[in-house]
Amino acid sequence: MTPLLKVENVSKFYGNRIGCEGVDFDLYPGEVMGIVGESGSGKSTLLNCLAGHLTPDTGEVRFEMRDGMMRDTVSMSEPERRMLSRTDWAFVHQHARDGLRMNVSAGGNVGERLMAVGARHYGDIREEAVDWLGRVEISESRVDDRPSQFSGGMQQRLQIARNLVTGPRLVFMDEPTGGLDVSVQARLLDLLRGLVRKMGLSAIIVTHDLAVVRLLADRLMVMKDGQVVETGLTDQVLDDPQHAYTQLLVSSVLQV
Amino acid sequence: MIEIRDLSKTFTLHNQGGVVIPVMQGAELTVAKGECVALTGASGAGKSTLMRMIYGNYLAAGGSIVVNGVDVVRAEPREILALRREVLGYVSQFLRVVPRVPTVDVVAEPLLAVGVDARAARARACDLLARLNIPERLWSLSPTSFSGGEQQRVNIARGFAHCYPAMLLDEPTASLDATNRETVLSLIEEAKARGAAIVGIFHDEAARERVCDREIDVAVYTPSMAGAA
Amino acid sequence: MSNYNFAYLDEQTKRMIRRAILKGLAIPGYQVPFASREMPMPYGWGTGGVQVTAATLTPEDTLKVIDQGADDTTNAVSIRKFFEKTAGVATSEETAQASVIQTRHRIPEEDLREDQILVYQVPIPEPLRFLEPSEVETRKMHSLEEYGLMHVKLYEDIAKHGAIATSYAYPVKVEGRYVMDPSPIPKFDNPKMEMAGIQLFGAGREQRIYAVPPYCKVVSLDFDDYPFEASKADHACDMCGATDSYLDEVIMDDAGGRLFVCSDTDYCAGRRRAGHVGAQGVALAEDAA
Repeated sequence: MTPLLKVENVSKFYGNRIGCEGVDFDLYPGEVMGIVGESGSGKSTLLNCLAGHLTPDTGEVRFEMRDGMMRDTVSMSEPERRMLSRTDWAFVHQHARDGLRMNVSAGGNVGERLMAVGARHYGDIREEAVDWLGRVEISESRVDDRPSQFSGGMQQRLQIARNLVTGPRLVFMDEPTGGLDVSVQARLLDLLRGLVRKMGLSAIIVTHDLAVVRLLADRLMVMKDGQVVETGLTDQVLDDPQHAYTQLLVSSVLQV
Repeated sequence: MIEIRDLSKTFTLHNQGGVVIPVMQGAELTVAKGECVALTGASGAGKSTLMRMIYGNYLAAGGSIVVNGVDVVRAEPREILALRREVLGYVSQFLRVVPRVPTVDVVAEPLLAVGVDARAARARACDLLARLNIPERLWSLSPTSFSGGEQQRVNIARGFAHCYPAMLLDEPTASLDATNRETVLSLIEEAKARGAAIVGIFHDEAARERVCDREIDVAVYTPSMAGAA
Repeated sequence: MSNYNFAYLDEQTKRMIRRAILKGLAIPGYQVPFASREMPMPYGWGTGGVQVTAATLTPEDTLKVIDQGADDTTNAVSIRKFFEKTAGVATSEETAQASVIQTRHRIPEEDLREDQILVYQVPIPEPLRFLEPSEVETRKMHSLEEYGLMHVKLYEDIAKHGAIATSYAYPVKVEGRYVMDPSPIPKFDNPKMEMAGIQLFGAGREQRIYAVPPYCKVVSLDFDDYPFEASKADHACDMCGATDSYLDEVIMDDAGGRLFVCSDTDYCAGRRRAGHVGAQGVALAEDAA
């Protein structure tokens, strides 16, 4: 099996400050990787470098294109990269309003990516949108409502539907359950797990919530001050952390 | 099936002055197909630690643990995950599941993960839940709200759903009544009969006598604290 | 002759605007930024169109100005007078007589010829603006041909109204490349944009000029199952009986009396001169008497 994503020596600096530095890893098809660390650890910077929202100062982010060729997404042209982000990638923002068009109906939000890649049949687009709303447990009767009329959990599920409708192969998630009630979180996590398995998605999830990565991620990357301090199988890193910082992180979690 | 050579384990407590605690040294263990080996030793001797290392949950400091040709000590996360999916089952003492998921799906999940179709997986799950006397009205509920004994049985059903070639059992009969204990022991015997290599911790001596072929006292691999200091 | 430079603007400014016009013609549908000048009229009254007209006019031209199809509204009269005074050009209310036609919100019913130029007044040149507020982002979307959003707007129309309810400023794709706002003309006029004349668009406040050269392909966006329809009121003109022209609905009294009349006053008058009479109309000779 060949990796879907090969990340080599990715660094991003903000002036003299380090955003993230020298990050390397391979992500294989179907793998879900969690990136944990406290605020300012560089995990979001890294995610944005990988997803093409930021240009890294060093390194390569090589992605396996549909023709099987590995292409560096950092040096490819912007139109190509933007095309990838509409077809092969998905990005789930922490705040649904960053990832949704709040003045466009739920159906229009889900349909946008389809129309962006050339769908021109209203009936088909709508059918697909309704199907996806169903998959994220939003009733068909809400298809013409705007996201501003939705609860936080529903907005987040709508954002996921909007992202997954074009069948991406790699999903970037930035604190997907942040700011949601725990009961809503559980439902969302269950949904994400199901979708990841059914669609064979690869995903990179940035979060500071260790319970979220335990449930969703196969493997874990722990970051501190822009550096990767530990990587490994998720349960191994959480149950037998090797690095001082990871031990501190794990032991700081409140037990319920 | 399972081959352990010169295995060692230390815990380094960075946040407690960097204390290094050696917990295992030079552990050796070979388990053949169809064989069940019991780990014995006093509490704290390292039985659970060894089980967790075999499962890849704890990181070994040295040595090798080869399960079905994969060295767990050196394998990539995805190789370990594939091993856990296809080859190596683990029945722990605690059930850890996503909230909200119905019991029958919790049990069927390992089968779905290896590509068994949903109907067959559910049928097998129902069969196991029935054998373990989980009332049918509970199958559609999440096990998170069940009693400890019920959760334990759901956990066992899940662990035995897929016919793993190798299994780790951590106190599988603890806190079970006679009927359910009998069911679990026959599940273990059936697994052995189909050729599964099993490593287990059994405080229940009668159970150990019945299903285990050998015993290994892990205390012999515990480094003396004097030597470690 | 007045003391104004020909057509009000100084020669340097007109040259700058002509460069923008030429660039616009070279890249059909592309919005060319230009340094819009202060004009002696408020924004929203056609400052963009006026600057384009000023840069286009020659002393030999005949100018026609229409506002919603009519030659006799305040806006049309003012602009016509403005150029009579500052350029001294001939003016006409007849479409066929004019070499330059400045328009607000309509395309004349009569087909334009290759020697005619149509100048549109444009309030908001960016068709993506209502869904994407960032100019940086909309420019990027144009340059990368990311036009999915335009269809989102049409999708929303159908979802809300059961049909594409956008009835004016209906977005078009020019020569298979740029999506363009045709200015707030009724969508009835959209098919006319594939014409022999040159079409220039000026947005004064937004400082953009764009153009459609003669015989360009201009396609109104739509869905396969909701095709574009150039609709108009299902009625004939009550004055001249025309069934092929865009109509204004005029409420006549408090009892609900109404009159449908051609919005293109020149077209209507021409038909009446030719003897056509609508349901509520009277023969022209009598009318004049």
